Amino acid sequence: MISGIFHSRYEDDMALRRTHAQKIRLVILVIAFITFPFFADRYSLTLANQVGIAVIGAIGLNILVGYTGQISLGQGGFMAVGAYAAGLLTLHFGMPWWASTLIACLFTALVGVLFGIPSLRLKGLYLAIATLSAQVIILWVVTHWTAVTGGNDALVVPSPTMFGIKLNKDFNFYWVVWSIALIATLLTVNLFRTRFGRAFIAIRDQDIAASVMGVDLFKYKLLSFAISSFWVGMAGALTAHYRSIVTWERFTVDVSVLYLAMIIIGGLGSVTGSYLGATFMTLLPVLLTNLGRATKDTFPIMETILPFLQQGVFGLVIILFLIFEPEGLNKMWKNAKDYFRLWPFSY
Amino acid sequence: MLRGFTSELNSSRLKAGETQLKVDNIQLNFGGLTALLDVSLEVRQSEILAIIGPNGAGKTSLLNCISGLYHPQKGKISFFKSDEKGGATEQEVTRMRPHQIAQLGIARSFQNIELFRHMTVLDNLLSGCHIHMKSGLLASMVYLGAAQREQIKFRQFVEDIIDLLEIEAHRSKTVGSLSYGLQKRVEMGRALAMRPSILLLDEPMAGMNSEEKEDMARFILDINEEHGVTTILIEHDMGVVMDISDRIVVLNFGQKIGEGTPQEVHNNPAVVQAYLGENRVHLPNQLPEN
Repeated sequence: MISGIFHSRYEDDMALRRTHAQKIRLVILVIAFITFPFFADRYSLTLANQVGIAVIGAIGLNILVGYTGQISLGQGGFMAVGAYAAGLLTLHFGMPWWASTLIACLFTALVGVLFGIPSLRLKGLYLAIATLSAQVIILWVVTHWTAVTGGNDALVVPSPTMFGIKLNKDFNFYWVVWSIALIATLLTVNLFRTRFGRAFIAIRDQDIAASVMGVDLFKYKLLSFAISSFWVGMAGALTAHYRSIVTWERFTVDVSVLYLAMIIIGGLGSVTGSYLGATFMTLLPVLLTNLGRATKDTFPIMETILPFLQQGVFGLVIILFLIFEPEGLNKMWKNAKDYFRLWPFSY
Repeated sequence: MLRGFTSELNSSRLKAGETQLKVDNIQLNFGGLTALLDVSLEVRQSEILAIIGPNGAGKTSLLNCISGLYHPQKGKISFFKSDEKGGATEQEVTRMRPHQIAQLGIARSFQNIELFRHMTVLDNLLSGCHIHMKSGLLASMVYLGAAQREQIKFRQFVEDIIDLLEIEAHRSKTVGSLSYGLQKRVEMGRALAMRPSILLLDEPMAGMNSEEKEDMARFILDINEEHGVTTILIEHDMGVVMDISDRIVVLNFGQKIGEGTPQEVHNNPAVVQAYLGENRVHLPNQLPEN
């Protein structure tokens, strides 16, 4: 009797989807994603687009924090760089949305590398403070460099179009954002099957051993900052094109914390975790609002305490996850799969 | 007798017995503390050189100097590479950074296991192949064609190491979940995956029972005899050291006090004194006078 999954070719053994169950789940997921916009109402589509942007940003942050172990509180700042760069390029140079997005991402990668330089000397809490300074400096530049960014005024970005179709309609933007999310996912998953990804994880787990294995710590830490910031910049640029309005309020330090919460709750060092965490943290406030609306006739006090409730639940969720499942939703998903694979025997 | 090999696991092509690494009068200070003082030694292709000495003698510091984690204040460390004509070219490594030294093929394991705990055994071994993988960043992210073939090629290669070290049953387990002895073995495997020209092993048998020690000694001999890998070994178990090493260097308080074959070191009075203390009955003139 075969008591496990065996492959006779290395290709099969190293494939991303190795079992039938995995392949079937993937097909179901793809079908769900393709059919969703045809049945969903506008509000759900808006949420789906927000989740898509959050997923891209969370994957970016997870590459740096989850995989390479370089903690970053600069997420909001880097998203601002992407958003403003994309917005300004479209506004002043009339670039098509995809060109401005790509250049904005590359520019964010460059800024990320610049603020990643202290990571060679700093670790842990000290690096967190250094990246927090990135957040503060970038937002300061954005609000004070009035001639370019417009300062406190909102930057109005022309609507993105492709083949004469307006892309910032929810239905159209859905395809844009989720295609990019798919590309980000594939590239990231592949990255961690090769020497670059392994070098990142090696730096996280044992940086001295990594350097003795031939990993240039400085180069690879900066590379991690670059790749991470590229996707974070992508999330920012997409926000700019989707909303058509860029304001600095959307990229405060709250955003940095929110994204950190996403990847902690989703699962550090996991692409699936980035998806789960981004979805969870984007939909949680919505669920709470709905809950508040539904119960406001029974409990009139709900209307006044709802904003505070959202903050409180946000904190509570993080604490509960840190205590009961520090490895996040991804681990819970794995546990569930293991349970059903072995069912009805628990060993 | 030393034998030279052209093995996949060994990237050095020097003839057996030629000088491969030369440590020349190095001195290492930490502030006012002198960890190494005028230490010189030579390592020859395909030998097992053991470094022994009491605790705090500077054995690990010496290894750290060789692999670039510490930089000695004085002295010189040179590495000899084979060239196409069969000769050797000297390269100074004293000031090089650890990853540059790793690229020359100097691999090591650590006294306290320093594996990548959250990776599987396979990924740990593959990360050892880092210096030999060539695919670029974009090609790796797209993972088609050459990049994929490269990964498969190295996957096949590490399978040989898995066979050699007999860890077939554990290849896809997370390293953190393995027992201590197995982790030590995986760590040696990771160093081997670098196709080392010199393998530095820092107490590979520390904390093992006699059966595990026997296994480990056999692996070290296999690596040396079948693949001709030059090995520098730090070990406290005298029985093992005397049995498997070709030459022994003895350190005490940061200085070299003896060198030679196991038999010579065994009979060296300075070494005996360092390990067992002075025999005052036979040396009455050294007694304090009062």
